[in-house]
Amino acid sequence: MSSLSPVTSLWQATRAIVWKDLTAERRSRELLSAMLVFALLVILSFNFALDLDPKTRGSVASGVLWVTFIFAGTLGLNRSMATEKDRGCLDGLLLAPIDRSAIYFGKAIANLAFMLIVEAIVFPLYSVLYNVNLFLPGLLLTVILGSVGYVAVGTLLSSMAVQARTRDMLLPILLFPVALPVLIAAVKASAGYLSGLPLEEITPWLNLLGVYDVIFIAVAFMVFDFVVEE
Amino acid sequence: MTAAIAVSRLTKRFGLKTVLRGLDFTAAQGEFVALLGPNGAGKTTFLRILASLSRPTAGEVRIGGAPLPQEAAAVRRRLGVVSHQPLLYGDLTAEENLRFFARLYGLSAPEPRIAEVLELVGLARRRHDLVRTYSRGMQQRLAIARAILHDPEVLLLDEPYTGLDQDASAMLDAVLHEVAAQGRTVVMTSHDLSRVAALASRFDVLARGRIAASASREAIADAQLLDFYRAAIAEEAP
Repeated sequence: MSSLSPVTSLWQATRAIVWKDLTAERRSRELLSAMLVFALLVILSFNFALDLDPKTRGSVASGVLWVTFIFAGTLGLNRSMATEKDRGCLDGLLLAPIDRSAIYFGKAIANLAFMLIVEAIVFPLYSVLYNVNLFLPGLLLTVILGSVGYVAVGTLLSSMAVQARTRDMLLPILLFPVALPVLIAAVKASAGYLSGLPLEEITPWLNLLGVYDVIFIAVAFMVFDFVVEE
Repeated sequence: MTAAIAVSRLTKRFGLKTVLRGLDFTAAQGEFVALLGPNGAGKTTFLRILASLSRPTAGEVRIGGAPLPQEAAAVRRRLGVVSHQPLLYGDLTAEENLRFFARLYGLSAPEPRIAEVLELVGLARRRHDLVRTYSRGMQQRLAIARAILHDPEVLLLDEPYTGLDQDASAMLDAVLHEVAAQGRTVVMTSHDLSRVAALASRFDVLARGRIAASASREAIADAQLLDFYRAAIAEEAP
């Protein structure tokens, strides 16, 4: 038979999990379609509910954008872990002789990919509906940093919430307060780019996003093993 | 010689509820142990501890001499687990599922091994079909293929017959016979005494969190298995 390598590396296991999630999603389109439809409904609802003049639209754009991303992202985070738990597949992953952080990184990278795909579709639609140019390099960087932070903490908390019967309610309750620094920093930095503020006024918010990302990835790396332990 | 599985004074508590109470258990290399017991006896909890999915509250567990949970990663490489859930992804094909687990287990060049185990469980012709299109019986056979993919020394089976019809159960029997004949140590929980009677080399009855009775296949005729089981349960009744 084929030989077993002594240790399945973190990178190899992470890559396998990302491949598995992307392949399964390419077939089912369960998660992406739900996230996308939800994001579009939120944007449309804000569009009609606020009924704003063009000037005011520009000022609320960043807030509406991030509320949309975060709500749609929560939907994806919940489903991503629930599908593992419902069919017992989480046990299948936990039984593998791998560093369990690979499960976290694999799920987080796949979740980030789904969130970025939704954002890439929402961006042009939002630009048309709200008549705001969102294609600014700084704004794109902010969206990536904000999404990384949100997914980093969201994947960790969803793996805790999935153990509970009330997981659908539990995840937002746990996640939104912890992710508040990301939301505030991302909204402030995005608003800064959209209103043409100088870079030195935006940089502190970008720094906060970067620091938050690093801290939560490190925390998840250290505690994920305990989170999934029975 | 080191026992394939050695458990001593194993206790597991969930809050105030004690599920396993100082349980002692050993299984020799190549032994097929049927773990019998009523619902709530602690069979699944015991198997989850052996599988390193749950930590013992007290006691010692060794798989192939390696202690749990200290050497959990090394132990996991020696274990294959089949539960009543298939632990498979419905949106992947059978082959993709096995390829995924082969990568997690670090198998280099896994394709010949994947073809071999699919042949063994009789799913080679359906290898490119999505698992969600499989019947329950086929999923369970694929679950066995997944569990033995990395050629584990110890196979843990938790109620593998749950939800299977007569034909699917008979097919699973044949696969388990084949797997056991390869010299693996097997521990299987089941409520179906007639099925385990045909497979196991030893019968252990787990009741109220400990092994209440144990008998080898030689010591007990198939027809007496039900009486043996009932007597063990009655002794442990509160």
